[in-house]
Amino acid sequence: MNLIPTIGLEVHCELKTASKIFCSCPNVFGGEPNSHCCPVCSGFPGVLPVLNRTAVEYTVKAGLAMDCEISRYSKWDRKNYFYPDLPKAWQTSQYDLPLCKAGKIEYVSGGVKKTVRINRIHLEEDAGKLVHSGGVTHVDYNRCGVPLMEIVTEPDLHSAEDTLAFLEELKSRLKYTGVSDVKMQEGSLRCDVNLSMAPAGELGTRTETKNLNSFRSVARSIAFEIGRQTEILEAGGKVEQETRRFDDAAGEGYSMRGKENAHDYRYFPEPDLMPVVMDDADIARLQSEIPPLKHERIARYVDTLGLPDYDAGILTADRDVADLFDATVALGAPPKKASNYIMSEVLRLGKTEGSEDVAIKVTAAQVAEILALVEKGEVSLAASRGVLERIWGTDESPSAAVEALGLKQNNDAGEIEEVLKKIIADNPKPVADYKGGNTKAAAFFVGQAMKATKGKANPKIINELLGKLLQ
Amino acid sequence: MNDILKLDIAGLKAKLEKKEVSSVEVTKACLQQIEATKDLHAYITVTADEAIAAARAYDGGKTSGALAGIPIAVKDNILTAAIRTTCASKMLSDFVPPYDAHVVEKLKRAGAVIVGKTNMDEFAMGSASANSYFGAVKNPVDVAHVPGGSSGGSAAAVAADTCFAALGSDTGGSIRQPASFCGVVGYKPTYSLVSRYGLVAFASSLDQIGPVTKTVADAGLLFDVIAGHDGRDSTSFAGQYPVMQNLDGSLKGKRIGVAKQFFTDDLHPEIRAAIEAQLRAAERAGATLVDVSIDSFSAALACYYILSSAEAATNLARYDGVKYGFRAKAGDYTDYIDLYVKTRTQGFGDEVKRRIMIGNYVLSSGYYDAYYLKALKVRTLIKRDFDAALSLCDALVCPTAPTTAPKAGQNSSPAEVYLSDAYTVPVNIAGLPGISVNCGRDKTGLPIGLQLIGKAYDDRALLGLAAGFEALGGAK
Repeated sequence: MNLIPTIGLEVHCELKTASKIFCSCPNVFGGEPNSHCCPVCSGFPGVLPVLNRTAVEYTVKAGLAMDCEISRYSKWDRKNYFYPDLPKAWQTSQYDLPLCKAGKIEYVSGGVKKTVRINRIHLEEDAGKLVHSGGVTHVDYNRCGVPLMEIVTEPDLHSAEDTLAFLEELKSRLKYTGVSDVKMQEGSLRCDVNLSMAPAGELGTRTETKNLNSFRSVARSIAFEIGRQTEILEAGGKVEQETRRFDDAAGEGYSMRGKENAHDYRYFPEPDLMPVVMDDADIARLQSEIPPLKHERIARYVDTLGLPDYDAGILTADRDVADLFDATVALGAPPKKASNYIMSEVLRLGKTEGSEDVAIKVTAAQVAEILALVEKGEVSLAASRGVLERIWGTDESPSAAVEALGLKQNNDAGEIEEVLKKIIADNPKPVADYKGGNTKAAAFFVGQAMKATKGKANPKIINELLGKLLQ
Repeated sequence: MNDILKLDIAGLKAKLEKKEVSSVEVTKACLQQIEATKDLHAYITVTADEAIAAARAYDGGKTSGALAGIPIAVKDNILTAAIRTTCASKMLSDFVPPYDAHVVEKLKRAGAVIVGKTNMDEFAMGSASANSYFGAVKNPVDVAHVPGGSSGGSAAAVAADTCFAALGSDTGGSIRQPASFCGVVGYKPTYSLVSRYGLVAFASSLDQIGPVTKTVADAGLLFDVIAGHDGRDSTSFAGQYPVMQNLDGSLKGKRIGVAKQFFTDDLHPEIRAAIEAQLRAAERAGATLVDVSIDSFSAALACYYILSSAEAATNLARYDGVKYGFRAKAGDYTDYIDLYVKTRTQGFGDEVKRRIMIGNYVLSSGYYDAYYLKALKVRTLIKRDFDAALSLCDALVCPTAPTTAPKAGQNSSPAEVYLSDAYTVPVNIAGLPGISVNCGRDKTGLPIGLQLIGKAYDDRALLGLAAGFEALGGAK
C-alpha cells in the first residue's frame, strides 16, 4: 500500500499592533503576570470591546500578500468554551464571514515551485496563559486580547519538507508585510497540523495536532504522525479522528480528545461589535502600503542589480536584512559590495546562535559610510570589522569610530616606502627568495609592513611599492 | 418633609435653588424613608455615607448640573466603583467593581446624590423581582403584590418616595413593566442612545439603561443626563441626540396607531377598558386614532426568549469562580471543571440557570438553525412590521402589561410568567423607544400602565406624546 500524506495547516500569528485588539492595553510580550491587562481584556462584568482598526488592516495586508479576496463586509462571532485562560469564556473570533478568503502562496521546495491555497484568514483575540507551579495553577491575562490572525490552508501539502518550505515562505510574507515580528520563541507563530494518510487520489481520516510552536516540532510531529498512521493502516486498522498534542521532549504525539468529545463552540454573532466594512479605497490604500515581498525583491536583485542568486536568497531571507540592503544601495553603495558586506559582516553580528531570528542593530547610513570609507582607503576591510562591532546598537558614525579606534589607514606612500626599504634592507634572504621567483615571499613583506605600521598601512599601496622596490 | 419627598425633580430643584431645603436634609429624609420601607426590599445596598457626602458637596456649592443635589437610586446591575454591585446574585454578592458605569459617571458629573443600589431579579431575569438572592421586592402600592421586574427595586424605590428617580435596565420590559405595576413612569430609550458600558450584560443586543421617574418630564431630564455617545460602547449612536427640554405635551393633530394584535385574549378586560377609555380621551384632546397591523406581534415572545437566552448564556459564562465573585469552597472541587460546575450550581438561582440552559440549547449544533437563526429572521420581520406601522402614525399605544401586578408567591409556571412581557419585548426586539405612563387603577386599586412606542431615535416626539397622555390623568 503506497500511502501519501495530505496536510493542511492552521497557522496562528500574533499581530504587532501597539495595543490589544479590543482595549488600549499595550501589546507587548512578557511582563509581570497580569501587569498588561484591564477590566476589558480580563473579562470583568459590564465591559465592552472596542475594535482596534489597525489589527483589521494588518490582517487585510496579510491577506493581500497571499492573493486573498478581501471581504467588503465581515463580522465577529463568539466562540464559546470554558477554560481558565479565557476570562469571558468566549473568544471573539470570526466564523462565517472572515476578513480574507481564497488566496494562494507559491513557494519553492527542493527546487520545485509549488502552490498552497489559502482557505481563509480571520482575526481573533489571543487567550491568556496558565502558569503551573507547586501543585497550584495561576492565570496570567497579559496575553488576553493580543490580536491573533488565523491562516487556514487547504490540504495542499504532502510532506514535512514541503510544509517547512511553505512555512518559511509564509513567515517571510508576514514579516515583509510588517504585520508580525514572527518570533517563534515568543509564541507569536503557532501551528496546528491536520494530517491524513491515504493511497493516491483518496482522502483518509485526519487527525489534528495542536499548538506546535516551532518549525522543528512541526516537522517532527508530521514525521511522527505519518509513521503512526501508516503503521495503523498497514496493520489493517482505522485511524481515529481526534485532536492530538505533540510532546517535544519525548518526541512523540498523544491523543488529547476524540471526535465524540469535540467541542460544540456554539458560535453566534457578537452583539457588542459592529460588522467590519471595507471599501475599494481602503483596500487600495492598504495594498499600496505593502512593501515589495521576498520573491519580488529576489527578482530585482538578480535582474536589475546583477547579484548572484545566492546573494539574493541570503539577503531576502529576513525582511530587516533586505530593507537594510535596499536602503544601503539607495545611499549610493555599490550593490555587490553592499551585499558582500551585509552577508559576511552584518549577519555575523545579527544572527544569534540557536535562534531563527535576526536582529539588525546598524543603520543603512552606517553601513553605507563604512563601505565608503573602505572604498576611499580610509580604513581597511579587515579593520572595518572592529568599527562595525563598535557602532553596533549605537548611533556613532563609522568615521568617528575609526578615529576612536585609531584605525585610520595610512595612505602616505612616502612613509610606507621608508618602512618597506628598511624591511628590505634588514631581510636579505626573503629578498633573494623573491627575486629567485618565490612570489610567496611577498606575503612576508606585507606582514612585516603591517606589523611595523600597527595594521594601518594601506595594503594596496604596500603591494604596489613592493613590486617597484623589489624589481 | 414627607411632602418634599413626594415632589418630582423639577419641584425639588426649585426648592433646593431657593434654599428652602438643603440637599443634606432631603437626602437624610430619603435615607429615613428607605429605612422605614426596608421591608419592601427595594434596595440591596444603601450608600448613606457617599450620599450625604454628595449632598454636602452640593450644599457647599461644590457641585452643579442638571441633577445637582437630587437623590437618585441605581439598579444593582449598573457598576459603581468601590460600591458592591451584585446583580441580586449570590455569584456577585461581594463583587466590588473597579470602575463606574458610563451612566454613573454621568450622574456624578450632573451632581446627583446616589442613595443606593436597587434590588432586582437576578441578572435582570424575571418579571416580578422575586428572583433575588437578597429577597423578593414588594409593591409599595400593595405589599401583597409584586412590583414587576426586573427593575422592581427601582420602581418600588421611586413609588415609595425613597428617591426622586432611579435608573433601571430594560431588556424585554424590565423598566416599563415594573413602572406600570408601581404606578410610575418607566422609559426605555431607543437602543444605542445610552451607553451600556458598565451595565452587567444580560442580552447585549436588547439591553438598554433608562429612567424610572414620577413624571414624563423627569424621565426626559434624566435621559438628557445619561444619553450621549460613548466611545467605549461600539454600538453607541454617533449621530445627533434628542434633547428633552420643553417637551411638546399636546395631543392635538397627533396620530396614534393602534394595532388589532394588541388586544389579545390574554389581556385583562379591565386593562382593555382602561386603555380604550384613554384612547377616547386622547381623541377628545385632538388626537387621531389610526388602525395599524403588526402581524409578527405574537411571534415576538418566542423570538425574545431565544435571542435573549442565547446572549445571556454566553454573557454569564464569565462567572466561573476563577477571577472574581463567588467560588465554591476550596476542597469541594477536584479540578477546574468541577470548580466551574460547583461554583455555577451554587452561585446562580433557578431562573438564571433555566435561561443559560435554553440559551446553550438554541445555540448548540443541530438546533442553531431551527431556533437561533429562525429567531434572527423573525427579529427582522418584527422590525419591518413596526417600521411599517410607525410610518402611518406618530406613536403606537398599547397596554404595558396584560395584567396589573399579580399577587406575590403565586406558583406560576415560567411560561405563564413570560406572558407578562408580551407587550414590552417586541419594542426591545425592534430597538425602538418605549415608555409606560399611568392609566388609572383597576378596581382593587392597582396601577394600570399605558405604553407608547415611538420611532427609533425620535425619542423626543415619543416623550412629548407621553406627556400628553400623562396630562389626561387616569382613565375615565
